[in-house]
Amino acid sequence: MQQPNDGESDDSSVVSTPQSRAAIPAISFDNVAMQRRGRLVWSMATFSIKQGECVALLGPNGSGKTTMLRVILGQLTPTAGQVTVLGASPQPGNRAIGLVPQRRELISELSIRSRDLVLLGINGYRWGFGRARPAELRQMARALQAVGALDFADEPVGSLSGGQQQRVFIAQALVDDVQVLLLDEPLASLDLKSQHEIVALISAIHRSRGVTTLIVTHDLNPMISIIDRVLYFLDGHPRCGSIAEVVNADLLSRLYGTAIHVLRTVDGDLFIRGA
Amino acid sequence: MFFSAGWLGIFEYAFMRNAFMAGTLVAVTAGIVGYFVVLRRLAFAGHALAHIGFAGATGAVFLNLNLFVGLAVFTTGAGIAMGILGDKVRGRDVAIGTVLALTMGLGNLFLSLSTKLAGEATSILFGDLLAISWAQVQLTLVFAIGTLLVMATIYRPLLFASVDPEMAETRGVPVRLLGVLFMVLLALTVSQAVQVVGVLLIFSLLITPAATAHLLTSRPEIGIVYAVGFAVASVWSGLLLAYQIPWPPSAFITLISFTLYLGVRLLIPSFTMARQRSAQSNLQTVP
Repeated sequence: MQQPNDGESDDSSVVSTPQSRAAIPAISFDNVAMQRRGRLVWSMATFSIKQGECVALLGPNGSGKTTMLRVILGQLTPTAGQVTVLGASPQPGNRAIGLVPQRRELISELSIRSRDLVLLGINGYRWGFGRARPAELRQMARALQAVGALDFADEPVGSLSGGQQQRVFIAQALVDDVQVLLLDEPLASLDLKSQHEIVALISAIHRSRGVTTLIVTHDLNPMISIIDRVLYFLDGHPRCGSIAEVVNADLLSRLYGTAIHVLRTVDGDLFIRGA
Repeated sequence: MFFSAGWLGIFEYAFMRNAFMAGTLVAVTAGIVGYFVVLRRLAFAGHALAHIGFAGATGAVFLNLNLFVGLAVFTTGAGIAMGILGDKVRGRDVAIGTVLALTMGLGNLFLSLSTKLAGEATSILFGDLLAISWAQVQLTLVFAIGTLLVMATIYRPLLFASVDPEMAETRGVPVRLLGVLFMVLLALTVSQAVQVVGVLLIFSLLITPAATAHLLTSRPEIGIVYAVGFAVASVWSGLLLAYQIPWPPSAFITLISFTLYLGVRLLIPSFTMARQRSAQSNLQTVP
C-alpha cells in the first residue's frame, strides 16, 4: 500500500512535463504529522504532487498552510512520517525551490531598490562585500525581465504599488532555475486588476517553465482557471482533491465553518461565494 | 582662512590628537554599524544598550574594576540576550524600556554608594572626548579594526537578513546567528561610542548620521559612506568648535549631527517629490 492516492492519479488535466523528470513526484508526503509548540497542527498528510502540477493550498487561518510550506523548504522537521521533495528529503537552502513569502508591512516600507533586493536573492548568501559579478547581474536582469519588472527596477521597493512589489518578489524567487515555486497568499491585499495580472504571471511562469507551483490562498476564485488540484486542510488532515471534488458547497462550508455557496456562471465557470 | 594658524594649533596638544583619533575611529564604526541599526529598526535597542552599559560602568568603578570592562560586559550581555530574542525585540519597546529604567536605577545606586564616582558620572553620561588617553586610542583602534573586519565578512548576508529575513532563511543564510553577532558588534560599538558622546547622547553618533543617510539614498553601499561621512564630520567639527569655544565637544557633536539631519530632512522632500512626479507621469502614459 504505497499509493494511497484515492483515485486522483487519473486526473487527465495534469500538465505533464517532458522527459523522465516527471517520473519522480515533485512533492510526496507519507502519513506526515506536524506538531508545533505542543500543538498538533495537522496529521495523516498523505498525498503526492506530480512535477509540473499547479496546486492550491486551501484552509482557514491557522490550519497550517504556511507550516506545510516550511516543511517542504526543510525549515521545519515533521514530527512523524516521510517527506520527499524532488526525490530527496527536504534540505534548507535548496535552490531548486523558490519561495514568495507572505510579506509583512516591514518590507513594503523598505527603501532598498528592487534590483538590489533581487540581487540579494542571488548573491546574498555569499560572505564578504563588494560588487556583484557580471553573471549575477545578468541573472538579476533575466529574473526582472521574466516578471515584467525591468521598468521599475531602480525604484525603491517601498515606493512601488502592491502589484509591482509582488512582481519583484516573484522575480526574487525565480532567480535560480527553480523546479518548485511556493507562493504564500500572493494576491493578499491586491486590487482586482493587480490580482488578474499576478495570476496571469503565475500562470505564464507555470506553463512556460513547467514549474511545480503551490499557491496558498483563501480565495480560489481568481486562481480557479490555473490550478490543477487543491490541497485542503480539513479537520487537521491535509488531503488532495480535484477542483470538482473540492469546489462543492458542502465541503467548503465544512472547511471554513461557515455557509459557502458554489455558483456556476453563464460561461460555465465556477464561482465561490460566502453566504 | 578657516584653517588659520589658530585652528591648526589644535594638533599641538596630545589630548586633542587623541580625541581626534579616537573620535574618528568611533565615528567610522558607529556610522557603519548605525546604518544597519536603522535598517533593522533597532534604534531603541541601541539606545537601551547604552543605558544598560551605564549600570555596568558605574558598577565596575564601584567594585574597583575597569570602567570600560564593566561597560563592555553589560552591553555585550544585553546585546546577546536581545539577539537571541531576535525578531521578538522589535516592538518590545515596553520590555526594553523597563530593563533600561532598572539599569539606570542601578547605576544611580552605584553612584551614591561610591565616593570615586562623582567625577566619572558626567563623563559616562555625556562622554569625555578630551580626556581620552593614548592607551584608550589604541584600544579603540583594535575594536575598530575588529568591527570593520567582521562587518566586511558578514556584509552581504547581514544586509540580506536585515532587509528580507524570510528569503534570507530560505537561501540558507544563518539569520539568527547573524542577528546575535550583529548585536554583539552593536554592543561593542556602543561601549566605544560612550567614550565620545556618553550614554545619553549615543543616538547622535549611532542613529542620527545613519538616519540622515537613509533619507538620502536607497543604495546601501552609498548610504554607509554617507553615514560614516556625517558621523566623522560631526566629530571633527565638534572638536574644532570645542577648541574655540569652551563647551563640551559632545554637545557640539550632538548639535551638528542633528543640524545635518534637520537640513537633509527639510531639503530632501523637494528631491523625492520631483522623482514621484516623474514616476507618476510615466504611469499616465498607460491609458
